[in-house]
Amino acid sequence: MAIDMSQSTGVGRSGDAGGASAAPSSRYRLNFITGTIAAAIGYLFGHWLGNAIAGHYPSIVNSGSNDPAMLLGFIFGTVGWFAGLGALNYPIAKLWGREVPLAEKKDKYPFMEYFSYSTDHKVVGKQYLVGMLFYFFIGGLLALAIRTELLSPTYHIWGPATYIEVVGEHGTMMMMMMTSIVMGPFGNFLIPLMIGSKKMAFPRLEAASFWFTIPAFFALLSALWEGGFQTGWTGYAPLSIQGGVGQDGYLYGFAMMGFSMILASINMVATIINYRAPGMRWSRMPVFAWGMITTAFTMLLSVPVLIDGLYVLGLDRAVQTSMLYGEHGGSPFLWENLFWFFGHPEVYLLALPGFALTTEILPVFCRKPIFAYKTSAAGMIGVAVLSFFVWQHHLFNSGINPDMRPLFMLSTELISIPTGFLYLVGMGTIWRARVRFTVPMLFMLAVFFNFLWGGITGVYNSDVPVDALIHGSFFVMAHFHFTIMGQLMFAVMGAVYYYTPLLFGIKLSEKLGKIHFWSMFIAFNSTFIPLFIVGFLGQPRRVFEYATRLQGLNQWVTISSYVLGLSLAFFVVTFVWQLVVSRPASPKNPWESRGMEWQVNIPIPAENFERIPVVLSGPYEYGNPNAGPIADLDPVVVGSES
Amino acid sequence: MAIKSDEVGSPAAEARKHGGRIFALWFVASVIVDLVVWFVWGPHMAPGFMTTTAAGQVFDFKVLTVLSAPVLLMVWIYGGYSLIMFRDKGTHEDGYYVKGNRKIQATWYTLTGILVIGLAAFGTYELIAPAGAGVGEGPSPIWKPNNAGHTLIVQVIAQQWRFTYRWPQFGGMETTSINLPVNTEIQFDVTSLDVIHDFWAYQLGVKADANPEVNNVAYTKTLQTGRFVVRCDELCGIWHGAMYNYGHVVSQSSFYSWAHSMEAQNASLTKLLPKFSTSYLPKDNVVGGQYFNSSQA
Repeated sequence: MAIDMSQSTGVGRSGDAGGASAAPSSRYRLNFITGTIAAAIGYLFGHWLGNAIAGHYPSIVNSGSNDPAMLLGFIFGTVGWFAGLGALNYPIAKLWGREVPLAEKKDKYPFMEYFSYSTDHKVVGKQYLVGMLFYFFIGGLLALAIRTELLSPTYHIWGPATYIEVVGEHGTMMMMMMTSIVMGPFGNFLIPLMIGSKKMAFPRLEAASFWFTIPAFFALLSALWEGGFQTGWTGYAPLSIQGGVGQDGYLYGFAMMGFSMILASINMVATIINYRAPGMRWSRMPVFAWGMITTAFTMLLSVPVLIDGLYVLGLDRAVQTSMLYGEHGGSPFLWENLFWFFGHPEVYLLALPGFALTTEILPVFCRKPIFAYKTSAAGMIGVAVLSFFVWQHHLFNSGINPDMRPLFMLSTELISIPTGFLYLVGMGTIWRARVRFTVPMLFMLAVFFNFLWGGITGVYNSDVPVDALIHGSFFVMAHFHFTIMGQLMFAVMGAVYYYTPLLFGIKLSEKLGKIHFWSMFIAFNSTFIPLFIVGFLGQPRRVFEYATRLQGLNQWVTISSYVLGLSLAFFVVTFVWQLVVSRPASPKNPWESRGMEWQVNIPIPAENFERIPVVLSGPYEYGNPNAGPIADLDPVVVGSES
Repeated sequence: MAIKSDEVGSPAAEARKHGGRIFALWFVASVIVDLVVWFVWGPHMAPGFMTTTAAGQVFDFKVLTVLSAPVLLMVWIYGGYSLIMFRDKGTHEDGYYVKGNRKIQATWYTLTGILVIGLAAFGTYELIAPAGAGVGEGPSPIWKPNNAGHTLIVQVIAQQWRFTYRWPQFGGMETTSINLPVNTEIQFDVTSLDVIHDFWAYQLGVKADANPEVNNVAYTKTLQTGRFVVRCDELCGIWHGAMYNYGHVVSQSSFYSWAHSMEAQNASLTKLLPKFSTSYLPKDNVVGGQYFNSSQA
């Protein structure tokens, strides 16, 4: 195969466009503090503008809630945020005809770099990891608040108004933010290393995708101070139009996270297609990269529909366009369709990255190649494609076109076939393996155990007659917690243990990790398995009152959830301690992985690779006595001195 | 070539040895679990046998459980066995180098395909044959009960945060409680006055969203007397959790005496109600939460 090495000397070197001399001075580096100040100014301006424009309209005077002011405040606040971060310097400079190069990458950054608009994929990956785990723990605390209320069927700790706010915040926080918990940290950090690139395709989009999550988070959280929103994460109209300005926080936050997902996925698709090193054929690409590209395509096609729906909802709320409620020609079914057209692909773009991580890490600790590599890629592609044809299974009871139900039942059940592929791959990989029970491996095995509950109960949900029993009940709630928390979050936790040597140069304690794993695994199953029974016995979701006969089970679940919370708190404490204080050093490639990301030194050099490597074989050739190295990391460049 | 199967050693003998044990364990466990599900749990399974649709849900849930238990056990037993037998015993060596097996893969694709398509066919039959299986079928249902005999029509009107019931065959009266006669075909016409709710009569095996300005029809047939609970199953705002009430399936004679006495008792109020309609237009600016027929509004 002819290899064009001319590219490798230029592509990916930061600062090569205009030379290092033009790099902006770090003394005047804008950061999140300037961003926050500018965001506050922008918010106040937008809010003032909204009051000035719309404050005298009778509908606003009578209702006392000014949605235009709220939304304009959010919009100008976000513009201010990005201006204050320095994100707009580049386009403004381009307008003045100046070419601003990317900041030069360094081996070691000052601390404030992590709070700035950094364009280094390794910095963005770490920003994402900390950010996403933070959002996850905030969402987790809200979950504990929900469970606390459900300790008693009649005695109320929060009261119905606060309870419904907490339920909505928990659901929306988890569903919108956790879409990026794999692609954000691990995708951005690892994909260039895995495919032999020095950078992601669009570093500025990459930075923007992370910094969009902050306004998303705060807009959503701000709803708590505005009376919350009573619709849960699904935001069904007309309830979502009825609510106060807290609902604007929901729709704006969700839309901002949508922008973040779109930018991240454009970047991911472009990088994986264009930045693979010579010899990194599609058939040699790590399964994790397959997972990222299928997830990114799913995001690209589904998230715009969500943003469209939120836009319609925002207009209905702010300027009474009446597209989502009936009185003047609209229909609540429009929102249900738009929302779930995004919403169902969304649950797969939560699940796919989890499987990608699991399948990536499994062979390392089985010391065997992935069984049926192509089947695993086909499984992910199959899930991604089918995910667009199943959304009406959320609406089996809604009264929408009943004659389509057999079709949606079939398409939903068909999705078990590609999902089954991933089980075949996992089960084939442990066949006659030499399994090493490290902490990451335990988490990956738990992924298969947990997802099995979620997957099998998914078949129950897809069956219309059985769905008539369990739709909208705790059964469904337990089902998707097994597929999301049991699968995705276990995979993420395993990946944190597995990749900390690369990300932070430390290897987390196996002993502490095992305490974390076993407590989390047992508490998780103890929390969610009884919820299948609770739902099966007739408890609907999102209620603060329930049948007295279900109190015992609910109390069991609540106490288990506290143990689960303690287990995660244990992780936070031990992780931060090891990261900041004890810093147990990691040797190079501690897991003896063949993956290209592990072939670099720890800490990873600023440019990842001295030269763009030439890939020579697949990453999973464990146990192959004739396997050569995965790549030539120092290829001879034709025509150069070296 | 799509799949490499350049196996070394004596893979076939190893596969027979381990595979035989795994199959035996799985087979015995599956038979035991399935028998327990069908004969021990099955007769007591929720939501019970008060109506045809509830009994149908029990049957379908039982069938799905009998089919999925062996799948669950297969993964557990295979996984458990492999993790014990194929663990690293301190030798720190690599596993058996194999990248696929055409026969195993083809068998897997075929079996999962057959299972899934079979399940979809079963689900479709169980949806269509019992007239929509108690699920809301929208304003113009396509799967209706076969018998042309008497059908009792009950309109369920949901609003934040209560259910009321209208009885077109009893002068269009409206009640706050619900009683149904046993051994009777029931048609529920479900609608809402404000946001989306869901009428879930748990023991009746009926579930239908209550959409504003839309009629959502669901069918069932009562088989046994008893009490049932009605809960709202679609998040409808702050008091969603408190939106429930109870109803009873009673003997036909008690039902008719109750219905006729309610009709007489409510006659003066029924006159003030809007004409019976399959849906009503919400008028949120009218004091007292009244509603009017859409044609009059």
